[in-house]
Amino acid sequence: MSLFNQLDDLKFDVLREVGNIGAGHAATALSKLLDKPVDMKVPQVRIVEFEEIPESVGGAEEVVIAVFLRVIGDAPGNLFFLLSRDSALSLLSKMVGLEHIPSDEDWFDLNEIQISAIQEIGNILAGSYLSSLADFTQLDMSPTVPSMTIDMAGAILSYGIMQFGAMGEHAVLIDTSFYDGTDRVEGHFFLIPDPESFEKIFSALGVPHE
Amino acid sequence: MTELQLIKVGMADLNATNEDRILRTTGLGSCVGLTLFDPLHKVAGLAHIMLPSSSIAREGQLNKAKYADTAIPELIDRMLQLGANKGRLEAKLAGGAQMFSFNTGNDMMKIGPRNVDSCKEILAQLHIPIRSEDTGGNYGRTIEISNDTGMLTVKSVNKGIKEI
Repeated sequence: MSLFNQLDDLKFDVLREVGNIGAGHAATALSKLLDKPVDMKVPQVRIVEFEEIPESVGGAEEVVIAVFLRVIGDAPGNLFFLLSRDSALSLLSKMVGLEHIPSDEDWFDLNEIQISAIQEIGNILAGSYLSSLADFTQLDMSPTVPSMTIDMAGAILSYGIMQFGAMGEHAVLIDTSFYDGTDRVEGHFFLIPDPESFEKIFSALGVPHE
Repeated sequence: MTELQLIKVGMADLNATNEDRILRTTGLGSCVGLTLFDPLHKVAGLAHIMLPSSSIAREGQLNKAKYADTAIPELIDRMLQLGANKGRLEAKLAGGAQMFSFNTGNDMMKIGPRNVDSCKEILAQLHIPIRSEDTGGNYGRTIEISNDTGMLTVKSVNKGIKEI
C-alpha cells in the first residue's frame, strides 16, 4: 500500500480544503455559541510517524479533553475534538458560568452540568464539521454518538490511528486548530480518515487517484 | 536514591536491558505494554504492542514490535542475548483499554481487549507465567519497569499510581 507516496501536492491541497470546510463550519458554530469571533488556522495535513502523534498535541501524557466520534458511511474515519484543560475551563466559564478555577485535584471532578456542557459543545462542533464535509463531498458520512473522555493525549490519539496500524508506521491526520484571540480558547479538530477512505474522498472531489 | 537512567520505548517498539535502567512507555490506550523479567539475572524487557496478530499486516517490512505474536518472541530473543533464562521469565501486562465505548460493529474499535487476549494466549503457548496485570478499563496508562526489582509502575490520569 503506497498511499503516502501517492499524496502529491494536489492531494495535500484537497485534504487541506477538506479540513477548511469542516473546521470552518465548526468554528462558525462555536463562534455563535460564544457570541464572539473564533479564528482558525490553516489546516495541516500531516503524515506522522506513530511515535510523533502525541507530540502533535503537546506530549503523550498531556491531559486533554476529547470528544470522539466515529464516521461511518462512504468514507469512514475518526473525528476528534480536543481541548486543553485551560481552554475547556475558559469555555465552561463562558457557557455555564463556572466561576471558580478548579485546582489540579478537582479537575476530574467536573460536575454533571459541566461535563454535559463540554460534551454538548463537542457534539455540536463535531457534527457541524462532519455535515459540512458530507455536503462538500456528496459522500454519505454519518456520525456515531459522540463519546467524551479526559485522558492522556497519546492514549486518545493512538486509538484513533489504529486503522493505520497494519499498514506501516505512519498515519494521515488533518489537523485544524482554532483559537479565540482574546480568551485563550484553543483546540484542535483531527480528522483521521481510514486508509481506504482516501480514494473515496479524492474521487468524490474529482481528483484522479490510483 | 539516584534516578535510574530511563529508556523510552515508543509505540510499536520494544527494548530490553540488563543494566540498572528503567524501561518506560507512555500513553498506552488500547495498546498493551507487556513486560518480561528474569529476577535472577535482572534482565527486563518491555514491548508496546499495538495489534493482536501479524496476520493482518499489510506493510511491506514487518515491524515485529507491533504485533503480539511477533513482539513477544522477539522480546524473548533480545532478553536471552542479555543473559536471561527463558524458564525464569515472568510477564506483566498493562493497557488494552477501550478508550471510547459505543457500538459501531467495527472490530477495530474493540482492539484493546483483543490485544490483551492475544498476549495472554501467546504467553500461555510459551509457558510464561503472568505475575500481574492492570488491563482493560477505558483510560490511558504510562508504565515503567525497573530491571532491578521487576516492579511495574502503572500511572493513569485519574486512578493515580499503582505498583503491580
